[in-house]
Amino acid sequence: MYIEIGHFALILAFGISIAQAVLGLTFWRSGGHIAGYVKQAAILQFVLVAISFGVLIIAFTTSDFSLSLAAQHSHSLQPMIYKISSVWGNHEGSILLWVLILVLFGAAVAVFGRNIPNDLRTLVLSVQGVLSASFIGFSIFTSNAFTRLDPAPFEGRDLNPILQDVGLAIHPPLLYIGYVGFSVCFSFAIAALISGRIDAAWARWVRPWTVASWTFLTLGIAMGSYWAYYELGWGGWWFWDPVENASFMPWLAGTALMHSAIVMEKRSALKIWTIFLAIMTFSLSLLGAFLVRSGILTSVHAFASDPERGLVLLALLGVFIGGAFILFAMRASSLRAGGLFAPISREGALVLNNLFLASATAAVLIGTLYPLVLDALTGARISVGAPFFDLTFSILMIPLLIILPFGPFLSWKRADLIAITQRLAGAAALTILATIVVFILRGATISLAPIGFLLGFWVSFGAIADLVYRAKIGRSPFIKSIRKLFSLPKSIWATALAHFGMGICVLGIVSVSVGESENITTLKLGQSAELAGYSIEFVKAEELPGPNYKIAHFEFVVSDKKGNERLAVSEKRIYVASSMPTTEAGILTYGGLSQLYIAVGDADKDGNQVVRIWHKPYILLIWYGTIFMALAGFLSLSDRKLRIGAPKKAKTKNILKSKGAT
Amino acid sequence: MKILHSIFLIIVLAFSFASVSSMSLAVEPDEVLADPVLEKRARAISANLRCLVCQNQSIDDSNAPLAADLRVLVRERLVAGDSDVEVVEYTVARYGEYVLLKPVFKLHTILLWAGGPLILFIGLFFVFRIAKKQPAAKPVSKLSKQEQAVLDSLKE
Repeated sequence: MYIEIGHFALILAFGISIAQAVLGLTFWRSGGHIAGYVKQAAILQFVLVAISFGVLIIAFTTSDFSLSLAAQHSHSLQPMIYKISSVWGNHEGSILLWVLILVLFGAAVAVFGRNIPNDLRTLVLSVQGVLSASFIGFSIFTSNAFTRLDPAPFEGRDLNPILQDVGLAIHPPLLYIGYVGFSVCFSFAIAALISGRIDAAWARWVRPWTVASWTFLTLGIAMGSYWAYYELGWGGWWFWDPVENASFMPWLAGTALMHSAIVMEKRSALKIWTIFLAIMTFSLSLLGAFLVRSGILTSVHAFASDPERGLVLLALLGVFIGGAFILFAMRASSLRAGGLFAPISREGALVLNNLFLASATAAVLIGTLYPLVLDALTGARISVGAPFFDLTFSILMIPLLIILPFGPFLSWKRADLIAITQRLAGAAALTILATIVVFILRGATISLAPIGFLLGFWVSFGAIADLVYRAKIGRSPFIKSIRKLFSLPKSIWATALAHFGMGICVLGIVSVSVGESENITTLKLGQSAELAGYSIEFVKAEELPGPNYKIAHFEFVVSDKKGNERLAVSEKRIYVASSMPTTEAGILTYGGLSQLYIAVGDADKDGNQVVRIWHKPYILLIWYGTIFMALAGFLSLSDRKLRIGAPKKAKTKNILKSKGAT
Repeated sequence: MKILHSIFLIIVLAFSFASVSSMSLAVEPDEVLADPVLEKRARAISANLRCLVCQNQSIDDSNAPLAADLRVLVRERLVAGDSDVEVVEYTVARYGEYVLLKPVFKLHTILLWAGGPLILFIGLFFVFRIAKKQPAAKPVSKLSKQEQAVLDSLKE
């Protein structure tokens, strides 16, 4: 019975979202009453979808296999956390999670958007209404999560073992908050185009949503990357897989949007471009959803044979992206150009940033779609894989990383490049010194690696140099500069922290790419292998029981150069319900940043166990870098400036009104 | 077995799988060549060759039987004295262009290779045009001697 309540709540939410969209789009000008209705509709919608999602969670956690979805993707022996995450470990449930986050953002705009003018907020919410109506409709009519089974099976078919990991509990929700959060920027852009009004205040309202979405998307991608790293069993962390690209493109476009919105807020310039980016970013999120779920990329997947969903998604995609760009083409010219600026200025640097990010996004997009289009048009089949993306993407990123440290130093409107170069001289010197030190320590080799290290250090030190310069460290009494350092605006800290994180991430990537080493070998019990100065002894192999799997358990004693010994545990698991195997690699962290990664393969008759060992120098820098970036996002969000409204001219009318209200 | 990357496919937009997918451990110890220089070349070549039955995976990363065959083939050619280019040409002749993870630069892949930079140049072109159209910022006229004197006196 309760399952039907969930289903009913979702259908009700569908009706409300349609009403919200139609009412809002028709009467957005008429002010107070309609604005109130639309606001309440957005909140009510969230409550209803939350109820229906809660129903799924109850069914999964109580192993109610009369729910078809639970019977297919859950198992009564699963630990509680996986019972919950199983809800979105499948197509239907994940679409509902997507919808839940979409309406959550709608409700958030309704609740927190108090300082947004009524007409603009109504328009934004009604565009959100169109989006949620479409996706709730998609869920109800093509991907119903509430189908019942009669009689209910005694046991569920279990979640895909690879997904039985804490990663599934964290990664998709983070990623979806990122993806779907950009829908708010999209709705703001559409609202601006419909109303024809767009100004610095608009940018200020959009920015927190952009920063929030970007922050969660950053965390989501990083989390997914780390999950793949420890779960896949061979230590790869980024594959340029079409599905990864699908999450990376909105991130790149969102990064560009975050920067261009600054220009728009501070200088009223780049209006048309910012609107374009806001539409583009969410369109890329939708494109990702389509590419993955339609099955055109992944013919081995279960739903690939279901063209209906793919077609519906394609239609939705066409309507949203097509509609948005038609509207854009019609209305963009009516937006007045904003403030002027010289080429060498903060604005100029941010334009360059946007150019490089946009072309990098385009390169990834073209690389992802090209094989599909070429196959469809000419029948020629080519592969576009990691080696291609590594090359084309880095060519576009290198110049961006070179100019990055200059950005925060440049003043608005017109800047003095020579003076700035002098301010960065210290950072440049440190960069070169650090790179030389790295190469002396590693042993010099002829390769492209120095460029990578130079870039990583340059971006990191450049970010610090910005703080040092602004706090006048070394140019005024020490205590005074420290006090100044901590009283710098949060936006300055956030910028520096995010850029520092980027540099750290680059250092990690370069270090692993050039410094990684591996040893693939067979070991008998008691035998040892050597790698990068570590000695790995195979000490134990046994069979153990697990909650819903059987474990082949292996232990290794790893001694480092100093003779310290540590235990590494590597496992192979066979899941009972699906009899599928997974590998749990034994990972030891050294010095807080480098890792030794041990994965076991099969054993032959004589007990020779295949063992693969990797040494990944400074690999954790990659994820620490992204954590810095995300922290910067939260720091920026905590800035009071973003929460209070843009300064408005006081009007007697408003004052009277507010007096009357209180 | 088909996809190593399946984990990512699933994670990113979590959905159910029909095909069984499992841990891939790629290069087996018995395939490794005794000569470390040759082995290094083999690994580099393998990283650029696609496992034909996999989703988006090089033969170096895949444990599909076909990938193993191809790895062994690459090593056989290298031992026989082929250069890196010859080995790649040999595999392309047998399996077609599809086997290359980094497509060749030819007429039908021009847009693929040039797409990103092309967008960059188009963007730069427009930026320069718009910048030209903008009235140049007026150079700030220097203060006259009198004005400077007044300013100095004010500073004091």
